[in-house]
Amino acid sequence: MIAFIIRRLLTLIPLLFGITMLVFILMSLAPGDFLTPVRAQRDVPAELIAAIEVEFGLDQPWYVQYVKWLGNVFEGNLGHSWAYKLPVSDLIGQRIFATFLLSLCAFVFSWAIAIPLGVLAAIYKDSIFDRISAGLAYAALSIPEFFLALLLVFFAAQTGWFPMGGATSIEYEYMSWFEQMLDRAHHLILPTVALGIGSIASIMRIMRANFLDTIRAGFVTTARAKGQREFIVMFKHALRNAINPLVSAFGFAFSGLLSGALMVEIVLQYPGLGQLMYQSILREDQFVVLAAVMMGCTMLVLGNLLADILLAWSDPRIRLEAKQ
Amino acid sequence: MPELLKVSDLKIAFHSRGESNQVVHGIDFSIDGGGQTVAILGESGSGKSVTCMALTRLLPESPSCTVSGEVLFEGKNVLAMDREAIRNVRGRGIAYIFQEASASLNPVFTVGYQIAEAVELHRPDITDLKARVIELLELVGIRDAAQRYNAYPHEMSGGMQQRVMIAMALACEPKLLVADEPTTALDVTIQAQIIELLREIRQKLGMSIVLITHNFGIVKGFADEVMVMYRGEIVERGAVDVVLNEPQHPYTKALIACIPRLGAKQRRLTTIDQEMALD
Amino acid sequence: MFWGMIKQVLRRPLGLAAASVLVLLYLSAILADFLSPYPTNLQDLERTYHPPTGFFFADGGLQVQAYELVDPSEARYEAIEGQGYPVEFFGRGFEYQLLGLFKTDRHLLTLPDLAGRMYLLGSDSTGRDVFSRLLFGARVSLFIGLLGITITTSLGFLVGGFSGYFGGRFDFCAMRLVEFMMAMPGLYLLLALRSALAPHFASDQMFFVIVIILSLIGWAGTARVLRGMTLSIRQHQYVMAAESMGQSSFVILRRHVLPNLVSYLLVAATLSIPGYVLGEAALSFLGLGIQEPSASWGLMLSQAQDVKVFYLNFWWLLTPGAAIFLTVIAYNVLGDVLRDIVDPTMKTR
Repeated sequence: MIAFIIRRLLTLIPLLFGITMLVFILMSLAPGDFLTPVRAQRDVPAELIAAIEVEFGLDQPWYVQYVKWLGNVFEGNLGHSWAYKLPVSDLIGQRIFATFLLSLCAFVFSWAIAIPLGVLAAIYKDSIFDRISAGLAYAALSIPEFFLALLLVFFAAQTGWFPMGGATSIEYEYMSWFEQMLDRAHHLILPTVALGIGSIASIMRIMRANFLDTIRAGFVTTARAKGQREFIVMFKHALRNAINPLVSAFGFAFSGLLSGALMVEIVLQYPGLGQLMYQSILREDQFVVLAAVMMGCTMLVLGNLLADILLAWSDPRIRLEAKQ
Repeated sequence: MPELLKVSDLKIAFHSRGESNQVVHGIDFSIDGGGQTVAILGESGSGKSVTCMALTRLLPESPSCTVSGEVLFEGKNVLAMDREAIRNVRGRGIAYIFQEASASLNPVFTVGYQIAEAVELHRPDITDLKARVIELLELVGIRDAAQRYNAYPHEMSGGMQQRVMIAMALACEPKLLVADEPTTALDVTIQAQIIELLREIRQKLGMSIVLITHNFGIVKGFADEVMVMYRGEIVERGAVDVVLNEPQHPYTKALIACIPRLGAKQRRLTTIDQEMALD
Repeated sequence: MFWGMIKQVLRRPLGLAAASVLVLLYLSAILADFLSPYPTNLQDLERTYHPPTGFFFADGGLQVQAYELVDPSEARYEAIEGQGYPVEFFGRGFEYQLLGLFKTDRHLLTLPDLAGRMYLLGSDSTGRDVFSRLLFGARVSLFIGLLGITITTSLGFLVGGFSGYFGGRFDFCAMRLVEFMMAMPGLYLLLALRSALAPHFASDQMFFVIVIILSLIGWAGTARVLRGMTLSIRQHQYVMAAESMGQSSFVILRRHVLPNLVSYLLVAATLSIPGYVLGEAALSFLGLGIQEPSASWGLMLSQAQDVKVFYLNFWWLLTPGAAIFLTVIAYNVLGDVLRDIVDPTMKTR
């Protein structure tokens, strides 16, 4: 098992190389560089600009710049953000946490609702409940996340029940530790809903399909034949099997979560990694973009790895393959 | 020995999308306790498996399936019982082993866990579940029982999986064991072992057995009585030797004639005409 | 074969509903010039954020309600009792080329009195008619998907099909590439690609740039699925029989593999169009896609992000979102119906 994890982590390395190189190339294709807005400001002395140009090798071709950047990364120096006038590593740290928290909440929210709904829809197949939840699922899947976020902001503005954006209130710093947690949670509600609803729909449909397949399996009949309670037959024997294909789909869903988080963060002005990346692209804040993309990919790969580990833990048949 | 199971006018029908299919047309039979072994013979579609599943209401609920008639187990009508009562009959009264052991065992739980679950359900007085499970595994002839306790079904061969199923059924300490084609999916040498195992257990525990099969070969020497089913009806029944040597119904005669015999002259194999009339 | 499939789709109520909605949407897009009273960039700075105009009957015909601006700071308009502008059907309006064939200036609904305005769905921040922009925006949002899947499915089929069929080093490299592409969070890659490619193209070529970018991201998933399907088709007896008879690979691909894949391709394509519609909408919403003064549903929604809009309840600015929703749900339903027809055992992904 450990070997399996290490092997997967090792594949992360060439992947990161490849992706950062790709983004580097892409950014170098764009005219100008991160100093363009600075040069336009005219209040920075020309010698300083020239010195920075040399330091970052801006007069060199992209592959030289890339190697310099790599070298810096290994020393833990992710560069400097020109828009925020902060080292990138400081900036990224808070943002990653925020996005991670949001994704985690959306994930828990959607699974906690989708799985029981999917199981019930399967047990009461073709009932009114089943049909209505299928219809709602369709609708939820088809709403663009940013539009849903927009609608939620609308709703927040009209009712005043929720804050219209951000992660914390203005008075955050003056709050007690407990109030701070509540404040964060309050701000997380709308983004979580916006992000999670689409997931609920797809997970519920998959859960329903898997469960329908599973309850026809032989071992379900065996469990009943043993004299086991129906409730336990459904929620222990059947569910434990039906959920496995879903766990393997989790990795795929994680990519959607990250991308969706980006849009939701922007509309709801939630200070996460996605929003940072968007603004940095607009401002051509090169180092931030690079670091953000790198973090995004790392999170994705780690998410996939986590999904694989979860699957191996949950399905003993996979464990055998993982050992080999 | 007193009558353990008495089935009267059992009818089973399946319904889907407006169509109905009557699978069992009102059959009667009974089994005594204390080790009587009845074999139910028939081809696919004859209704034999469905009849046995109906004994503890393991078939889907209406509207997709309707079961009528009377199934008296130890004097009480199973078809009229409530949920709690049925659960008591399942396992403790009638236990099952199925054809495909690999599909009938839950792949995500260990073998020991699944057998222990059966013990827990029917023998709440036993506190050391693991010891009991190991005892059962040894009873069905699994070596290294203590290690096998933690094994998963997919780590075992087909024959061993079937032994596990038998152990699980025995864990319930049933009065009647229904074995639905227990050897069909296994190769011939293992088949013999499993039948031998069932014979041993029957003698040790005095358990009655219903054996469903389409293979005459395992019926002889193992079952007391045989019932031949064709298209949802019992066309012939009697003591095994009698039916085998002097079949009355044309279907039974044809079934027996189908058995290839060693040493007989090369002839075309007999087939059974689909539309064989039921009198 | 397609005709038979179409008939089967229409036989099911859901399929019929979805197909009708899509036909309606596409017809509206194609006939946008005829159906819309105003061109997309006709501003009216005295009527910004105007609510949808009311209609009433008077003087023997349909009339549009006249309004006056009561509170400029809050963009509040009140109807002037009894005053209206007559509506004309098939009247004269701005000139355009119908279906690109011939010039005409006839529109479905026009207001001969140029002093008034007919806002079926209100006006935006510069007084442009939302309804007209919605219709013209449909052209972008609806056709980007069609163009995109053509590219994606062709690429996906070529790479996936060849990988699955020939295997070997081509397969290995192709699959590593596919994994690489799928290892990036889609939207991040989208943004990065866009910021790299966009400056090299003129703003009216943005449509094609977006198509290219979206296709580049989408092909990887399709390729992988198609590779799996080709692999399983390849195992079938009839393929091996053809190979053993010495049939050339290309003929086998064309005659045996392709026909089996086509139905799955159709389902996959239908189900991936929503991705394009949403992708374009997201890009344009972020200001990185279709630019002003062109219209696209995503671009129109970005205007709705103003605080004013939320507090003063200018709900009509959200209608492009409903249009996107309608399109996406219609395609999803259609795709599901197709999948049920083609292969009822295909599992939901």
